Amino acid sequence: MVDFFENLKNKIVETQVWKSIFRHGFPDTDTNRALVMFSNVLLHLHPVKVRKSALRIRYTWCLGGLTFFMFILLTITGVFLMFYYVPDTRSAYQNIKDLQYALYFGNLMRNLHRWGAHAMVFLVWLHMTRVFLTGSYKPPREFNWIVGVLLLVLTLLLSWTGYLLPWDQLALWAVTVGSKMAEASPLIGYSGPFGKEMGMRVDNDIRFMLLGGTVVGQSTLLRFYVLHCVGLPLLATLFLAVHFWRIRKDGFSGPL
Amino acid sequence: MAIEVKHEIFPKNPKKSYGLVELVKGTSPITDKEPETTVFTWPNLVFIELIAILLSSIILIALSLYSGAPLEEMASPDTTPNPMKAPWYFLGLQELLVFFDPWLAGVVLPGLIIVGLILVPYIDVNPKGVGQYNYTDRKFAIWTFSFGLALWYIMIVVGVYLRGLDWQWYWPWDDWELHKPPSAVSLIDYSLILTSWGLSKGGAQIVAYATVVGYFVVGMTIPFIFFRKFYKELGFARYNITMLFFLMMMGVPVKIILRIVFNIKYLLVTPFFKI
Repeated sequence: MVDFFENLKNKIVETQVWKSIFRHGFPDTDTNRALVMFSNVLLHLHPVKVRKSALRIRYTWCLGGLTFFMFILLTITGVFLMFYYVPDTRSAYQNIKDLQYALYFGNLMRNLHRWGAHAMVFLVWLHMTRVFLTGSYKPPREFNWIVGVLLLVLTLLLSWTGYLLPWDQLALWAVTVGSKMAEASPLIGYSGPFGKEMGMRVDNDIRFMLLGGTVVGQSTLLRFYVLHCVGLPLLATLFLAVHFWRIRKDGFSGPL
Repeated sequence: MAIEVKHEIFPKNPKKSYGLVELVKGTSPITDKEPETTVFTWPNLVFIELIAILLSSIILIALSLYSGAPLEEMASPDTTPNPMKAPWYFLGLQELLVFFDPWLAGVVLPGLIIVGLILVPYIDVNPKGVGQYNYTDRKFAIWTFSFGLALWYIMIVVGVYLRGLDWQWYWPWDDWELHKPPSAVSLIDYSLILTSWGLSKGGAQIVAYATVVGYFVVGMTIPFIFFRKFYKELGFARYNITMLFFLMMMGVPVKIILRIVFNIKYLLVTPFFKI
């Protein structure tokens, strides 16, 4: 019986189809452990070998990796939510209610998306704190720190744009508070310093551009939806790629 | 120990270049590293990552089953909730609105935080402490960063847990349904305090300007005179940028304290903005 399965396995492994997908055997020999890092696009983010001290959890606490995992988790749950959500002020709230009460796993997906978002914001802060405390931003990694700061801003913007989408009281007024601050921007907000001198009015300043109107309404919902689901994730992906590329090229600062 | 070469088996060809190749016992090729300090990423690191992913997934799923995402009444521009709160990660900034005008609390200060963070690798010239938790060699850097971080988190905690109706201060044991009477003390501008001391209006204005400018001038000068080493290490440009951001950051709690202790609303009133 064991022979039968052994023969079957060998037959499958030698087929053209199998060989076209997998270029090497299971990584239980040193050669294959190296090959798996070359041939797998996701694993390729890693070097083939790492220093033993890199495996010390108490240096990185896995914070950067976990932040990235949150991003992936949010993308997956977010795509699921997008199947049921229409960014229309008349139906958005009902869509969320449906997700909560009528759809299989709808509530779980929404809750996961929400907890993942909280976790991502918090993990980005923790990751940044860790990187600061270990001096990992020092040469040659200065630029990667900047990319990291931009990713922090993108994370906050992603979270903030997502906040509006349920179209409940919490969403509407949280975004109203935020946009009140935008209108107070110096030079480009109509109630900010030098705003009026720059010719800013309620209907042409930065807040108007952000909301697509003078109040949080349908245009705002659509803008935030597009930014939340397409614009900002694309930007974040781009910066993530640079972030990982640079750390792979510059090497890890310390134990990892 | 040098080995004397009696005769060469392969005489050197001057048209070729040679490199030293050493044969060592081992199971894999490796360069620049001592073999015993490195291990294969698969499975050593990959499996740690897998475990981290699984654990965080379990925690998130448990949290999701235990506590749902909030959903209030449908959005309505007619009913304004009281208090009106931003998402928790912005509540620190919203809390700053108590002490600063919106242009400062909501736009300029967060903008300065971001710019300041971006500048960090370029103004910190201390080469020590890369890749290790090192406090002794980077006391100033660690203290400054931790202070800013603490400020950020304290403001968030206050905004989330201690602000209730009308953005008044509520302790957890207070009745959060009950409105608190508006504060009995009224806030006054710094220049008004000065005129009450007998200064003329113009004089008070000049002193107000001098106070704000003086804060920065004195703040920039003290380390310049008393911490020459600190100044010399940074150089002119880096010193000024570092100290400017440092003083602006310290200015936030300074203004908060002035507001709480002396009921000062604005330190400086100009026709364009107020601080």
